[in-house]
Order: sequence, then C-alpha cells, then structure tokens
Amino acid sequence: MAMKSAAPREPFHLSMLFNDTRYRARSIQVIAFILLVLAAAWLVDNTIHNLAALGKNFSFGFLWSTAGYDISPHAIEYSSTSTHARAAVVGLLNTLIVAAMACVTATVLGVSAGVLRLSNNWIVARLMTVYVESFRNVPALLWIVVVAAIMSQAMPTPSAFRGDNPTASMILWHSVAVTNRGIYLPVPDFSHSLGQLNSAFGALDLNYAAVLCVLAISVLARRSLVERAQRVQSASGERPATWWKSLLVFALPMITLLYALGFHLEYPALKGLNFSGGLLLRNSFIALWIGLSVYSGAFIAENVRSGILAISRGQTEAAHALGLSPRRTMRLVILPQALRIIVPPLISQYLDITKNTSLGLAVGYMDLRSTLGGITINQTGRELEAMLLMMLIYVSISLIISGIMNVYNSRVRLQER
Amino acid sequence: MKVTIALATIAAATLTAGIASAGTMADVQARGKLNCGVTGGQAGFSAPDASGAWHGMDVDYCRAVAAAILKDPNAVTFVPTTGQTRFTALASGEIDILSRTTTWTFSRDVDLKFTFAGVNYYDGQAFMVPKSLGAKSAKDLNGATVCIQTGTTTELNLAEYFRKNNMKYDPVPVENNGDVQQKYLAGACDVITSDGSDLASTRSSFKDPQDHIILPEVISKEPLGPLVRQGDDQWADVARWTLNALLAAEELGITSENVEKLSAGTDNPEVNRLLGKEDKLGEMLGLDPAWAKRAIAAVGNYGEIFARNVGDKTPIGLARGQNALWTQGGLMYPLPFR
Repeated sequence: MAMKSAAPREPFHLSMLFNDTRYRARSIQVIAFILLVLAAAWLVDNTIHNLAALGKNFSFGFLWSTAGYDISPHAIEYSSTSTHARAAVVGLLNTLIVAAMACVTATVLGVSAGVLRLSNNWIVARLMTVYVESFRNVPALLWIVVVAAIMSQAMPTPSAFRGDNPTASMILWHSVAVTNRGIYLPVPDFSHSLGQLNSAFGALDLNYAAVLCVLAISVLARRSLVERAQRVQSASGERPATWWKSLLVFALPMITLLYALGFHLEYPALKGLNFSGGLLLRNSFIALWIGLSVYSGAFIAENVRSGILAISRGQTEAAHALGLSPRRTMRLVILPQALRIIVPPLISQYLDITKNTSLGLAVGYMDLRSTLGGITINQTGRELEAMLLMMLIYVSISLIISGIMNVYNSRVRLQER
Repeated sequence: MKVTIALATIAAATLTAGIASAGTMADVQARGKLNCGVTGGQAGFSAPDASGAWHGMDVDYCRAVAAAILKDPNAVTFVPTTGQTRFTALASGEIDILSRTTTWTFSRDVDLKFTFAGVNYYDGQAFMVPKSLGAKSAKDLNGATVCIQTGTTTELNLAEYFRKNNMKYDPVPVENNGDVQQKYLAGACDVITSDGSDLASTRSSFKDPQDHIILPEVISKEPLGPLVRQGDDQWADVARWTLNALLAAEELGITSENVEKLSAGTDNPEVNRLLGKEDKLGEMLGLDPAWAKRAIAAVGNYGEIFARNVGDKTPIGLARGQNALWTQGGLMYPLPFR
C-alpha cells in the first residue's frame, strides 16, 4: 500500500527495485542482509557438520569436571582439584588484575609524557619524543618479552641470598627481595586480627574492610571540610587553610585503627628453596604489567598531547592575563577542555590493554587465555566451546569498560545548551 | 539473484568437497607426501639438524610409514607442533599422523577421538635439578619453582604428585621446550619436570650436562606413541602395523643391512611373511607386498632406530631398559604377523 501511495501514477514493477532510486538503496540492503544470513548459516552448518564428522558433540559440561592443574597466582581459593570453571574464573581475575594495574600505570605514564612532551625544556621534550617514538613503534609482545628476559637473566637467584657471604642482598631495609623468579614484597599483617567473614563467594578479610570503612568516612569528612572552606571563601573572599585539617582527618583515625589492629609488615624470608612470606610479584606478571604500561603509555601520551594542542593558544593567554599560574592554567582551563578530546581515544587504549593481556601467554602469565583458552582446551579437547566462551568473556569485559568510560566521557564533554 | 545462486552453488560445492574426501591413505597417496606432526625440537626424538634435515625416533617412524606407503622415506613433510597445537592439528587434518612423544591416555583415546598406533617408547615423568640445589629426591622439592611445558600430561601428574605428598610448588608454565631450557639454565626455576627421555635429551644439549641430575623418582607411566584420527581404520592399521613391523624386525633379526638378502626368501616363514615373500599381508593392508621391507630398509629395525637416536652411544645416552624387547626383559612385544 505504501508503495502505491509513494508512486501513485506508475504501477509498481519488480525491476523498479533496482532501477528506481527510491527503492534501490533498500533492496541492496535487503540483499546484503540475506547474503550475510546465508553466510552465517553456512558457517554454522559447516561447523556442526564437521563436528559431527569428528564425532564430537557441542557441550559445556567439561566446565564442571576437575581441572587437575595448578594456577599461580590465584586471587581466590583454588587447587588442582577445583573445576575447569573455577580455573577460568581464576584466570579471568588474573586478566582483570593485570589489566587494571596496566591501565593505571599507562595513564599516569601517558599523561606525564604527553604533558612533558609539550614542555619548554628542550631536553625533557626531546626525551619524551624518544620515549613515545621508540615504544609505540615496537610490538607490545617484544617489550613484554624484553622485560621478562631482563628479569629472569639479570636478577640474582634466591640461592644467591643464602649463606654467610651472599652475593645478593635484599633492598629497602631488608624488606624487598628482587630475584629472577620475581619480586618479593612485604605484606601488611595484623596481630590483633578481626578474622574473616566466610561466604559462598569467598572470604572477606574484616581487617581490610575496617580500613576501607575508615578511609571512606575520612573522605566524607574531608569533603564537608572543603565545602565549608568554599562557603567561607564565597562569603568573605578569603579561603581558610585546609591542608593541615585534611591531613589530620585522614591520618588520625587511620593511625588509631592500625595501632588497634596491631598493624605490622610481614617480611619475605628465605626458607627452603625459595623465599616465603610476603607477596610475590612473579616475573610473568611484572613483564606483562610493565610491558603493556610502557607500550600503551606511549599512545596515551600522544592522545594527551593532541588534546592539549587542540585547545587554542588564546585560552592559555587569557588565563595568564587573569593572573593564573601555569599550573593552574593547565589544571583549571586547559585540561578540562582537553579531556573531551582525550577521553574517547583513551577508551580504545584501555580496551587494547585489556585485550593485550592475552599476550601474557608468551611469558607464562596464567590469565584467561592460558587457563581456559590454553590448558583447559588441552586437557579436555573442547576448542570450540572454550574459544567461544573466551570470546564472550572478552567482549563482555570490553563492553563494560567502554560503558563505564562512556559515562565518564559524557560527564567531561562540553556541555552544550 | 544471480549472485545468491552463485554463492549457494559455491557453498554446496564446498560442502560436498568436504564430504567427498576419501580415506587418509588415499589422500596421502594422491598428495605424494605424508604430513607428520613432530616436536619443534627435542634431540633424539625429532629435531632438525644444521642443514634442516629432521632426525630422531619419531621422525624415523614417519619415514618408515612414508617408505611403506609412498615408497620414498623422504616423502614426508614434518610439521612442528607444540604441546598445545598438536591435537588440533591432527583433528583438523593438517597432519595425517602425530608422532610426537605423546602419552597414550584414556581421555585422549576416548574423549579426544584419536587412535593410538602403539607404543614406541615407554617413559615416565621425572625431575631434573642442578646439582648445586642439593636435592637428592623429589621429596626434597617442597616450595620449589617448577618449569613445565604446558598442554601436556606432565602438568596434571605434577599437580597430583605434589598434592599427594602434601608439598607446595610454584608452577611456571612455558609454551615450548626451548624456553623451558633457557628459563631453567637462567635459574628462573629450580626444577624442570618432563618425561625421563625428554630430560635426558634436554640435558645432553647443555654445555655442562654433568652439573644436572635427574632425580630417581618416576612419578607416572608415560607410554609414548604415534596416533591418528579415530574412525579411519585402514589408516590406523597402516600406522599400527608399520610400528609392529619395525619391532618384529628386531625380534626376527632383520636389519637395514640384511633386509635385502632376507627378502629373497629364508627358511623362517615369519620373516617371509613380514617381507612379503609368503602370504599377502601387504595387500590386506591395501599396500604392495614389499611395504615392510621398504620401511625396514629405510630406517632399520626398532633396535637400530633406538641406538642411532637415543642409545648409549649418542649424547643422550639412554639405556634400553623397559624399551628392550620382551625376550630381553623389556616391554616391547611385537604382535604376530600372521
């Protein structure tokens, strides 16, 4: 009916679908869609057909069988008698941990390098150019492998710390041991511990929960402090000094709490073949973390630089004319405007970092790719299922990250009225 | 519309092409080359030399199969696979046969749908440590950092052994054998664990092999053998009986040197049957009568293969032990050619 009313005088012919510009675009789209569906159907059919030919069924039942292999590090309770599903979760957590750490360091590194590259200091600006150009023009994998090689070849073995006359010694007042297995760090420990709260999802350490609570209260207290200062400033024009009050609000409750809990550091100590106690940052983790950070940091530096350069020089001049210092000009005038240019490509960088964690395979980091997509596939032979599941997980992570970043982006973008 | 029809035709053609493929044997004969999956480099079992020619026990087995089917022991394309890629390569048809120190286990045979042709090396998982570590037994390894090649039965045995003995360890998963060696030599791990033969082979490639010891505990049974896809029985038969022919040849005293003379006819009917003088075993297999003769002439009998690649005259220096023939107290028991 719609067609008739669109062309009342000419009766509709089939050939008009291609000859008439009014219909052509639609018919091409319909054909393209049909072809796409056909291609997808063919792929699925082909897969089912070939799986049947190999005598394999399609099932995710393997996830509930015993994994049989060990994973280190594991952020949640895990042993070789756990299931493949739990192994996948442990791998996923390892992926998320290294991705989050690398995103943070890459951002810090990238923002510093990007700002410093615009510095008036010739040496600093050139050094940052060298950093950006050398790190973004070499594949990420190579940087990861280079860091891993340096860590495992150049650092002393744990046995070098042993004996009466050791060839290596711990640094930072005997608290940190840098070995070719990784870096052993002291961890916080509480002598009057509050214990743990056990639930189905894992154990919650009440000590850390208490620390976080106190921290949250301090943050709220400081916010009201700053608000009060703002009110005084707008009323009297004079801003009362807040820095020492803020310091007090943060330090006093925290120190009291830590003292009450009997806070101290547990140092790593050489016991048997290796160090024990403390926290071990394995070589594989360090290599992946540093490698991804310096690599993606170089890209972020360029994003930041482009964002800052896009702000007209007049803005800086105007800010200077108002008597703002260069630091405040950057913080209050340039960066807020630059952020709306920086954030969208920054989202892509975060997604890249998260997906590039799968390169950890090369240095033996037990992430999602090496647990679910590696050892589990090998032990169960379920390539298709595990790969599909892994793709689904990576897509979900990426969508969540870009969702969060898009919310942030909509907050920093220019408010148009 | 025409495009759609054309595409449908292409799709249909591709589908039927997939179905129409005949048995693996016919494929190999049509191709004129055998695709054999091996390790990327494990001295004594499969490793390329400086000129790129492959050597080793697993390599020799593939050459024997090629000699039997294609009448040319060099008509083999060796495809290096990792512990992770090997089963996918075999299942997808990228290789015709996997001869890569692969342990015959229930799940690989039943669940992964492969057929093992037999055992060409009886092995067991062991540990190697530097002498300076001071460990005398695997029980001394509590808290050790252990390098493992991932995607192997090794990983599971290791986890089981340490759990059973209530010991802790820190696994360092490594993708390939070369990386394992490099990490171990750099001291990034205290221990490497693998099949005993693999450890001996690895140690032989070190600059100072005497500084490393293989601990006495053998924590698993590792019957290693070649395997093919399940469901192609003719191809599995060829793989199985070529292996048995090499073993039987040693039992019957047939070597690469005397095989020509013996094939002219002897008074031992079993030798005659194997070498195609009596009965028609080769034809039953879909080959010609001289198949086993060519295989033996190409690489020698099992004893010769062992001695040439991993025996005590080689740098790897493995004793025959349980890989001796059953007549000499070992486990190698060729099936009767009748």
